Amino acid sequence: MTDQVPISWYLLLSATLFVLGVLGFLIKRNLITVFMSIELMLNGVNLSFVAFAHQWHAVKGQIFVFFVMMVAAAEAAVGLAIIIAIFRARATLAVDRIDLMKL
Amino acid sequence: MIAPLYLWLIPLLPFAGFLINGLFGRRMPKALVTTIALLAPLGALAVVANAFFSVFVHSGITDLPYIETCPVGPWINVGTLHVDFTFVLDQLSLVMLLIVTGVGFLIHIYSVGYMTDDKGYARYFSYLNLFLFFMTVLVLAGNTLVMFIGWEGVGLASYLLIGFWFTKDSAANAGKKAFIVNRIGDFGFLVAMFLLLANFGTLTFSEIAAKLAASPAWTGGVLTCIALCLMLGAAGKSAQLPLYIWLPDAMEGPTPVSALIHAATMVTAGVYLVARLHFLFDRAPVALAVIAIVGAATALFAATMALVQTDIKRVLAYSTISQLGYMFLACGVAAYSAAIFHLMTHAFFKALLFLAAGSVIHGLGGEQDMRKMGGLRKKLPITFATMTIGVIAIAGIPPLAGFFSKDAILFAAFQQGTLGKALYFVGLVTAALTAFYMFRLWYLTFTGESRSHDAHPHESPWSMLGPLVILALLSVVGGWIGIERFAAFLSPATGPRAVEAGSFHLEFIFSVVAVAVALIGWFVADLFYRQKPSRPAELAAAMPGPYSLLIHKYYVDEFYGAVVVKPLLAFSTYVLGWVFDNAILGGFTWLLGGAATFAGALLQRWQSGNLRSYAAWLAAGAAALLLFLLAPAILASQGMSTFWKGW
Repeated sequence: MTDQVPISWYLLLSATLFVLGVLGFLIKRNLITVFMSIELMLNGVNLSFVAFAHQWHAVKGQIFVFFVMMVAAAEAAVGLAIIIAIFRARATLAVDRIDLMKL
Repeated sequence: MIAPLYLWLIPLLPFAGFLINGLFGRRMPKALVTTIALLAPLGALAVVANAFFSVFVHSGITDLPYIETCPVGPWINVGTLHVDFTFVLDQLSLVMLLIVTGVGFLIHIYSVGYMTDDKGYARYFSYLNLFLFFMTVLVLAGNTLVMFIGWEGVGLASYLLIGFWFTKDSAANAGKKAFIVNRIGDFGFLVAMFLLLANFGTLTFSEIAAKLAASPAWTGGVLTCIALCLMLGAAGKSAQLPLYIWLPDAMEGPTPVSALIHAATMVTAGVYLVARLHFLFDRAPVALAVIAIVGAATALFAATMALVQTDIKRVLAYSTISQLGYMFLACGVAAYSAAIFHLMTHAFFKALLFLAAGSVIHGLGGEQDMRKMGGLRKKLPITFATMTIGVIAIAGIPPLAGFFSKDAILFAAFQQGTLGKALYFVGLVTAALTAFYMFRLWYLTFTGESRSHDAHPHESPWSMLGPLVILALLSVVGGWIGIERFAAFLSPATGPRAVEAGSFHLEFIFSVVAVAVALIGWFVADLFYRQKPSRPAELAAAMPGPYSLLIHKYYVDEFYGAVVVKPLLAFSTYVLGWVFDNAILGGFTWLLGGAATFAGALLQRWQSGNLRSYAAWLAAGAAALLLFLLAPAILASQGMSTFWKGW
């Protein structure tokens, strides 16, 4: 036995976070909650990247995480701007009611 | 060796004229259009004349054929088939080129006067130049494929010019008729080309001739087949039985066009084709006999129809068909040099006759009906004089051109066995008829009392009379070269003259008979149309049957209409139109469209516009992909063998 936490625990946590994110993305109606779910998914993935990077002593995984975080930050800025624009235009953030793309 | 002759300039100059006048003619001043339109054929004529003189003066005719490949590189190079834009100048094409560019240039000049008030002045000249381009390509071609380009092209130019006044229904229909009837002939030409390719492996004239020369025992069989297919093509272009019907209708075009295309040059392309491939026809006696019979029959048949026509241009059109029949007869008895000789003299006097007729029509303000002419001798003196020369020339009265060439053909026919003798008599009868209808035209137009509504007919401008005078001169002297010298000149290209040199007495007797026959025709015409002008009507009343047969042109158009056109139209409308187009093709496309619409209606539901449903599909897809990738590993870890091994 080592004193380390086994990698499978990290992976399980990562998967749990990801699935929670997916479920939130699918089930929640509020656009901001949906948006937060996406962040949750991204962080779940980040966790497994870091875990593997530690496991294999490979720095690539960590670099990848930085990239993901950077993109997530940009995405958050753009996404929140879109959400504000939608709210101004439609006075609602219910995902079900934002369906103008329907034929 | 001959210095470079720049043969490719001969077609190129008219083509440049066509492009300039066709694209910019409407915006250019008329004088510029005229200059370009005249310079193009003049330049071509200059190149031809240069070739003529370099051949004769500098090196003698032994250096022919002179072969030139256009500086555009190879054209078709597939397997063993090599086709280039090869131009060949030999004695035959030289004579044809002189006729085409020379007469063509004269008719261009004439057109300047004739078409001067037409709104489509530039369009007219661009078409005329286009015709010269294709005609010179046809004549210069060194292989059948290049010849076919010219062959189709002159058909196109002919179509465009017949239908020049396309707002007139009859003109548009005549253009279509000419084009469609010619297609039947072109079909024969195409089949012949495929057969040549299959049997000789080449389309080049000289190579075909060499292969034939290498196997002297090869006659008949497939050669007859090729020759007959070629003959079908020639019959279409040269308006022979049974495909002559387009030529009389082609008179809807402007008169200079009738002179250039439908008398002097394009319609002789069939004769030229036969002469060009004479080495092949020589090996197919059956085809030659067919050509001779068709030619003689056409000559007689068309001459009878010319007897009663009242439209001055239609008389000349039937006369052209008849004279082309003579040329075919000559080809059929292997007297190719006589055929080309007649082609040349005919080009002179028939172009003259058409242009003179055009001058009459011009003078009367567009009147073409001979019943409304008469007494024009004093009013149009130069037209009268030149037309008289043309009439005497075509009637075959010496010493004018028509006598020599017609005599040569008849003499050659007489020497070709029993069939030839029979055809000789057909030709003789035709000669009498020719003299009759030409003098009928002459009497009706120029003598007697004026029956015109137009009280003041006027003589044409000198741009029109000049070409008339030159052509009249050529019609006088054109035959003086004599068939012996002409045949000797042509012999490297068309083979030696097959005719045994008859004794002087025999030839003399033949000439006397021919002249006598022509004089009889004149005499009868004189009886009918000068001495007692009421006689034709009495004769028509006495023989209503034959008269109505002739006036309705043997009901050939009606016959073709009932037997070919109507069934074809019905087949196209009902079977091809309704069943094939509407039911089968239409149904199939309708089915395809319906299936797409139906599938779209189903799949549309997928695109709900609902973000969460998209997301759900995305997640499901990702899960499915994951499963797909991991399945082998999972199964293997469970110790299960699997049929699917993954990627």
